[in-house]
Amino acid sequence: MSKLIDEVKDSRRKYDVGSWIVPIIAVVTAMLVASVLMMAQGLDPMLAYKSLFTTAFGSSEGIAATLGKATPLVLSGLAVTLGLRAGLFNIGVQGQLLTGALASAWAGYALTNLPPLVHIALALAFGFFFGAIVGAIAGYLKAFRGVHEVITTIMLNSIVMGIVDYLASNPFKEPDQALTRTPQILDSVRLPMFGNFPSGFFLAAALAFLMWWILGFTTTGFRFNTVGRNRFAAWYAGISYKKTIFFAMLFSGGIAGLGGAVETLGITYRFEPAFNLGLGFDGITIALLGRVHPVGIIPGAILIGGMRAGAANMQFDAGVAPELVDLLLAMILFFVTAPLISRFFKNSSNRSLTGGWGN
Amino acid sequence: MSALLEITGVSKQYPGVLANDNISLTVSAGEVVALLGENGAGKSTLLKAVFGLVKPDSGEIKIGGEPIVFGDTAGIISRGVGMVHQHFQLVPVMTVAENIILGDEPKRGLFINMKAARAEIIALSKRYGLEVDPDAVIEDLPVGMQQRVEILKALRKDVKLLILDEPTAVLTPQEIDELLSVVRNLAKSGVGIVLITHKLHEVMAVADRVVVLRGGKLIGTTSPKETNEAGLAQMMVGRSVVLQVNRTEAKRGGVVLEVKGLQVRDDRKILSVKGVDFSLHKGEILGIAGVEGNGQREFVEAICGMRHREAGEVIINGVATKDLDPHGAHEAGISHVPEDREKHGLVSSYSIADNLILNQFDQEPFAKGWIRNLGEISKNALGMVEKFDIRTPSASNTASSLSGGNKQKVVVARELSEELPVLIAAQPTRGVDVGSIEFIHNQLLSARDKGAAVLLVSAELDEILSLSDRIAVMSGGKIVAIVDSKGADRNYIGRLMAGLDK
Repeated sequence: MSKLIDEVKDSRRKYDVGSWIVPIIAVVTAMLVASVLMMAQGLDPMLAYKSLFTTAFGSSEGIAATLGKATPLVLSGLAVTLGLRAGLFNIGVQGQLLTGALASAWAGYALTNLPPLVHIALALAFGFFFGAIVGAIAGYLKAFRGVHEVITTIMLNSIVMGIVDYLASNPFKEPDQALTRTPQILDSVRLPMFGNFPSGFFLAAALAFLMWWILGFTTTGFRFNTVGRNRFAAWYAGISYKKTIFFAMLFSGGIAGLGGAVETLGITYRFEPAFNLGLGFDGITIALLGRVHPVGIIPGAILIGGMRAGAANMQFDAGVAPELVDLLLAMILFFVTAPLISRFFKNSSNRSLTGGWGN
Repeated sequence: MSALLEITGVSKQYPGVLANDNISLTVSAGEVVALLGENGAGKSTLLKAVFGLVKPDSGEIKIGGEPIVFGDTAGIISRGVGMVHQHFQLVPVMTVAENIILGDEPKRGLFINMKAARAEIIALSKRYGLEVDPDAVIEDLPVGMQQRVEILKALRKDVKLLILDEPTAVLTPQEIDELLSVVRNLAKSGVGIVLITHKLHEVMAVADRVVVLRGGKLIGTTSPKETNEAGLAQMMVGRSVVLQVNRTEAKRGGVVLEVKGLQVRDDRKILSVKGVDFSLHKGEILGIAGVEGNGQREFVEAICGMRHREAGEVIINGVATKDLDPHGAHEAGISHVPEDREKHGLVSSYSIADNLILNQFDQEPFAKGWIRNLGEISKNALGMVEKFDIRTPSASNTASSLSGGNKQKVVVARELSEELPVLIAAQPTRGVDVGSIEFIHNQLLSARDKGAAVLLVSAELDEILSLSDRIAVMSGGKIVAIVDSKGADRNYIGRLMAGLDK
């Protein structure tokens, strides 16, 4: 009997291709499909990819640019991951990130005469806090009013974009400027560089490891994971489902807001509504590419950050439109979720005829 | 008579598991074949193969002399194979007639010809002696009647081979008797029947032949004439099993749990527990007998803090408790083996080790303040796996990798490990193999002997009779009688369960 069980276990290990193979296959498949599209246009995919990746990873300036792009992506990926761990699909990372970006920009130009470290900490805290408020609204509605978080976060995205546009074009607008944007932040609040590399990236990576530790080794993490995997069992075990859901959305929003703040303080140095578009949604791709593992987010974000960083050069070298990167990302998302989808159908198809046969 | 179903040398290898190992089996018209085996013995794989849902690696399956084609489920069904599932496949808000014709409706033009449908159903039920009211709505019918509708649904398609999957799990003793006589009548009229069940006395009562599977192999074919229940159990488990629990006299102590005037509403907000009073003593097992759906679930959930109390008091060790949540009930001294172990009892994607401390994860020694003590958690798991005979290669495997019986052992191990004053076990052996049932029963008894007050709720009357010191019968949301289990009469209790005697 125990030998039989050993065999089952071994086979599980052998056949469980779920963990890291899927993201790799997803990326490779997406690139292959994109190659076909490029060839159909008479372009050279090898040249395009070579240009894309040498620009992104071939020089230390390239890597610095890649890490700069990757920084907010790590944080938006972490925000999505935290939600998913607690069983929530936070589609509102985009709105939370915008809120955080604007809040930290305001703190960056309006608060003056602060020592740099204090100013940076305060501006980051602003980003976190306001992102957390947006997340907490959805969390409250889900936990205490039973409104699905996908609905509320989508609606909150629209609401937040409206408010942020208004603020950036009226009270917080840079005076005597045609563009809708805030004044530039003060020098004291800019995130420093570590040599060539943006320090914000290291902050984001540290946060990823911290989240990994919290989820894996603390009672708080156990609460989040348990609610995400089986909320009925969580409730039975004395874990407050409502509290956990609320705080998961709050922190998810906060981390997204922090992502916006790091972007403002480390890259753009001001808030301009068009700057941050898409960062929140890329976070969904990255979270799934990283198998909803906090540390797995880092390579995912670097890959996608690199594609974003190399896109312009790819057009220059190979004549491929930079929108190809969006297409690639969309296909990666599709292929990375495809196994989930196929597994879902596989599990449900036979049920009508074989349900209750002792499985 | 010719064989309706002929299975020859069927093997199916899943990664790492030989689910079916060279199984041969025939079912002829007019005979009742009981398929007996623990969970994981290979019954489901074999049946899926019969329906063309699983492709055997070798061997052949013939229905009515013709080999089946893998994947051709519709074709197989049209050749007269029908199945009555354990979980009924009925639309609760539709009538009996509508459910029976569903998918193959007699039509007049664009419309369903209900008149023809009713006539057909009345004729059908006369022919097989299965009386139903075609106009009754399913959800108003008792479970036994719903099952009858399922059987008629299958018979309408000219079934030659009828597979019944655990058909008696939800029936009262009287309904079981009726079903068994229906099975006999169907066989007499020439239908071949495969009966899948765990209940040995049903096999003894109705089967012509018994086929026992274990670990994917066909262990043997026998008949009720040649063996007895103990013999069947031994074939099934591979060792001798004590069916009758050795129960010593209870050393009854003072009252630990007292329930007064408890009223509870069910999910549909209907009052389903209508004033229940009883007291549970230290060192005894009080069994709650009753047909499922008579308020037992709601009653247990209300005591364990999982359901709001409408009225009434729950007093634990002399302290009246408020309307609690599960955590509060646990704190007050109640451990609870929940009825639905997959939903409430386990997080199936967690390791066995984490499941063993699920409701103690933030307590010493499994957590030091904020940080979980993974060393203590796995040390605890090793001890529990050993002590509760949880069959797994490692405690770090997920709970989903366990069989039903071993999953239940994980839940029981966790709930017993704290040795709280009250233990409430709801359907503790449902879907559990015979070997694990024996083990769990002994654990409940030893908890009693250590001084726990045990409340056992079970739909299995045999379980209640063999374990309980006192038996409370629940019917229609009330406890209709509390009797001493010594000399308790099975038929009398059955009649009380059905709400016949007052």
